[in-house]
Amino acid sequence: MDERERLKLFEQTVLPHLDAAYNLARWLASNDHDAQDVTQEASLRAFKFFGSFRGENARAWLLTIVRNTFYNWLQKNRPKEIAGELDDEALAVEDVSANAESINLQVADAETVRRAIAELPVEFREIIVLREMEGLNYKEIAELSDVPIGTVMSRLARARKQLQKRLAGEFKPGGQR
Amino acid sequence: MNCQQAKPLIEPYADGELDAAAILELEKHIHDCPACALAWRNTQALKEALKQDALFFAAPKELRRKIKGELYSQLSTKSRWGFWSWNWLTATTTSVAFACLALLLTVTLTGPSAQQQFAREIVSSHIRSLMASHIMDVVSTDQHTVKPWFNGKLDFSPPVKDLAVQGFPLIGGRLDYLGGRDVAALVFQRNKHLINLFIWPVTATGSEPVPLMPINGYNLIHWSEANMTFWAVSDLNGKELMEFVQDYQSGTPLK
Repeated sequence: MDERERLKLFEQTVLPHLDAAYNLARWLASNDHDAQDVTQEASLRAFKFFGSFRGENARAWLLTIVRNTFYNWLQKNRPKEIAGELDDEALAVEDVSANAESINLQVADAETVRRAIAELPVEFREIIVLREMEGLNYKEIAELSDVPIGTVMSRLARARKQLQKRLAGEFKPGGQR
Repeated sequence: MNCQQAKPLIEPYADGELDAAAILELEKHIHDCPACALAWRNTQALKEALKQDALFFAAPKELRRKIKGELYSQLSTKSRWGFWSWNWLTATTTSVAFACLALLLTVTLTGPSAQQQFAREIVSSHIRSLMASHIMDVVSTDQHTVKPWFNGKLDFSPPVKDLAVQGFPLIGGRLDYLGGRDVAALVFQRNKHLINLFIWPVTATGSEPVPLMPINGYNLIHWSEANMTFWAVSDLNGKELMEFVQDYQSGTPLK
């Protein structure tokens, strides 16, 4: 295949997922400018490595590159934000009291939810975005993040618990709105 | 199923990751257990809250345009750097030839310090081009195709000559990029050997063909005439390459 055909094919299979790529980068990087940089670099890398794409799931493939590009970028530009390894096992001893009260999240407007997600540690933001916005399944997330499925499940559970706590706090009767 | 067994299954259930048998058992438990029913509703409510369209950031139009522009400009750069596409010539061989030529050119033009950097740049840019198939701009055994092909692509008209009679048939041409400018590259063949002839205009006076020290087995001959400078490079032996140069000099350019 010549280079021009390759680019055509890339445009047809990978670039339709540019919105998904930018969305992930935007949530990870927390601002538009950096998200654009990461997305652009990731897209160019994706084209460079397009030969290694086996045609299964272009979106998951592109998102993997976005994620890796982002963490490289983070290391270079904001090394302080790279937290130590998340203690994924901590979940086992955490109680489930956060679920003890009913939370009416229907009333949570987008801005409130956006703030709650933005306050999460980066690994939690990542998994919430991948699962809930990008719609990847556990197996895809595990491959993308290079962790076992068990870790995906516990990390997702912890991220949700934190979100529920934040959002429930917002809407507690008499609580601050 | 008790609560302890049910709790870890609630989220996978909401995420559509549970198998049918587990779903049946879990649903039965949720039906009978208010605490787990609450956890289930909360999980669903959270998922709903996260699914709002307003939370999704679509790529800005300008970013999309920038990326496409970048991809296409890489393509044209690559095609300029991209070397011969004849599959019997390995890409590695080509990269060495190119690097050597560039090295020599840079030595001549800018001295040794910038030379290494330039060579590295060329090698790495070639390594990039190895990842994809190479682009040959014009492949033709017909010089009447090659000559007009350059029209409008360069700000000069390279003297295209066919030396098939002398045993150096012209087999193609392309645009290349050397020392910061577009140059013409004509490709000739002798048996299994390729000769690359790089041509671009200069203001310097003419000079006789001079063979240079071979680099990694590649012979180079440089000369200038009629306000053009010429570099012939090949793995052909020095004697035959000089024959080629003489044949080229005495050949008649196509009109």
